[in-house]
Amino acid sequence: MRIVILGCGRTGAALARLMAAEGHKVTLIEWNSDSLERLGGKFSGAVITGNGLDEDVLKKAGIEQADLFVALTEGDNRNLMAAQIARERFRVPKVIAKVNDPIRAEAYRERGIYTICYSLIGSAMIRDLAYDRPFGSIEEYNTVPPALKD
Amino acid sequence: MYIIIVGAGNVGYYLAKTLLNAGHEVLLIERDKRRCALLSDELGEVVMRGRGDEIRIMREAGADRADIVVACTGDDEDNLIISQIAKWYFNVPRTVARINDPRNEGIFQQLGIDATVSSTNIIYHLIEQELETGEVIPLAALKRGNIEIVDVELTTRSPVIGKRISDLPLPPNALIVCIIRQDNAILPHADTVLEPHDSVIALVSAQDERLLRRVFAEEQSE
Repeated sequence: MRIVILGCGRTGAALARLMAAEGHKVTLIEWNSDSLERLGGKFSGAVITGNGLDEDVLKKAGIEQADLFVALTEGDNRNLMAAQIARERFRVPKVIAKVNDPIRAEAYRERGIYTICYSLIGSAMIRDLAYDRPFGSIEEYNTVPPALKD
Repeated sequence: MYIIIVGAGNVGYYLAKTLLNAGHEVLLIERDKRRCALLSDELGEVVMRGRGDEIRIMREAGADRADIVVACTGDDEDNLIISQIAKWYFNVPRTVARINDPRNEGIFQQLGIDATVSSTNIIYHLIEQELETGEVIPLAALKRGNIEIVDVELTTRSPVIGKRISDLPLPPNALIVCIIRQDNAILPHADTVLEPHDSVIALVSAQDERLLRRVFAEEQSE
């Protein structure tokens, strides 16, 4: 698979190393060159320094041929904008974005961008640990429970 | 009209004041506490603290009865998401987004934002106009960019000076809607004669803009 990852935070760096180690062609886009240290010395993929909302930077990262685009910056809106550019402009078949606001995560998932909401998943896991019960499915945890709908 | 403005930087602040003076109902949403406190002292209850990209805040703001939502923060990604949430969740009839990086104009239109305003582009066109006269300046894009409202400033050397509007070889999908002459707006008819320094406001389909430009441009030896 050809994978473009935006954001070399902890998740971005871990995902890049994981997928590169499994033999995929990974390109990482990161604005801040200091963050690239997280990749360590063994990362076999490519790195592009630049703004991930800039179409020229995305093209340089090979988004036109990508099978998967993942937006993992610190900003929900930044991830959602990048994901929409990948999907609508470059027709990337699979697009995933990290979105920490549960409501926004749901809104965009309903519109075709697969969003992952750490705050929902984390809170559901902690609840299970509190009750000493086995974990449920990630899919279920990643959707907004009734208690959080206002 | 009820207009919600998200982002109370200088653009949002002056826009709110202008709209209030024009008699509109305005709500200015700002996430920064200190900025909010400062503006509340002057504008009162018109200012609300919160994030315009959060559905809960927009509901509290009464976005479901807003006629227009203007997203004018300093970050394009925030302006995009604010506009989309206003449209999807609250069916706001018209969303206007400020664009800081002019290259984002295309993607905003592709993603369903009704109108975009790029001060960078406007200033660029004004500068360009100084260099190349007879420039057609886009003022706004409608219908996802398929129709544009443009402003043509006529120079003394424009080939249309002294001509009647009915005699202009306008492209099929272009309509002159207004002429600004010395700060007066004239609603033109077929017999209106164009003068130097007229500002011609026209509606034109995007594909005919180039043809419209040729009608007004002075002869240039390139």
